[in-house]
Amino acid sequence: MKTINDIFAESLDIPLADVTDDLSYQAIAQWDSTAHMVLIGAIENHYDIMMDTDDIIDMSSVAKAKKIIKKYQQ
Amino acid sequence: MKLLENKNIIVTGSCRGIGLATSQLFAQHGANLWLNGRDELALQTLSAKLTSQFKNNNHVCCFDVSVYDQVKNGFQSLFKQCKKLDVLVNNAGILDDALIGMVSQKQIAHTFSTNTYSVLYCSQYAQRLMIRNGGGSIINLASIVGVNGNAGQSVYAASKAAIIGATLSLSKELASANIRVNAIAPGFIDTDMARSIGDELYLQRVDSIAMKRVGKAQDIANTALYLASDLSSYVTGQVIGVDGGMLI
Repeated sequence: MKTINDIFAESLDIPLADVTDDLSYQAIAQWDSTAHMVLIGAIENHYDIMMDTDDIIDMSSVAKAKKIIKKYQQ
Repeated sequence: MKLLENKNIIVTGSCRGIGLATSQLFAQHGANLWLNGRDELALQTLSAKLTSQFKNNNHVCCFDVSVYDQVKNGFQSLFKQCKKLDVLVNNAGILDDALIGMVSQKQIAHTFSTNTYSVLYCSQYAQRLMIRNGGGSIINLASIVGVNGNAGQSVYAASKAAIIGATLSLSKELASANIRVNAIAPGFIDTDMARSIGDELYLQRVDSIAMKRVGKAQDIANTALYLASDLSSYVTGQVIGVDGGMLI
């Protein structure tokens, strides 16, 4: 079963070990605005959800992403 | 040949004028249609009529395109129903002519909300459904007035010119996701909106058209069909004038 960390690693094309809760948007070159939209698409496809734009903008770290995804799974 | 079979399409402002002609033509070409407008009863009536006449799938999608939360809920509902979207036709719009010295702030806000903000709101959600599906087509209804300007229509022209700017930018931004974004710039088209300008001005406008006839909503719908179908699969970032050679 794919985890959120797996999705981050695949979408940002970084090693899984580099995906930590405190990894934040634009902290690394791979997580730019274009990659952010790819990441959103991958998360939405995996969880079969459609996020609000506010949540997409607000998804500024791995920890934040986990919190937001949980909201859609309730 | 049916050009839109298996395509999920939403048309905003689908009950009247160009939106109605476009919906009818798309239904004829086998589209799965989501009919948008603010009058639920009118949408249901149209949906039933199209289903009966063309045997395609029609759905009612009642929300106000100028209200962000309604757009968001509308597209989330569409996502739950069908998961994918192929075509968005941003058609809904209003015409409220006035000389610049006599335009109220309320008129400016209302025109931009309905004509321009709506295009950005709907495109934002639509492109996300299209990306998941490997591409799509966004068709924005601009206006010849947005290209050339016209006395007494500064607010309307500005709202339509902004659509052209959005079209050109989105076409560049979304091309890599295989989403095509184009605009149609109708000239003077025989709709309720055009007839609202009064007889004298109506005749003046017709006289300024090289082909000496007012355009039909069907003329615009035909161009929308081309842009929605795979016939235009390599066309993006274009503003197509459909105006009979109108001079402004």
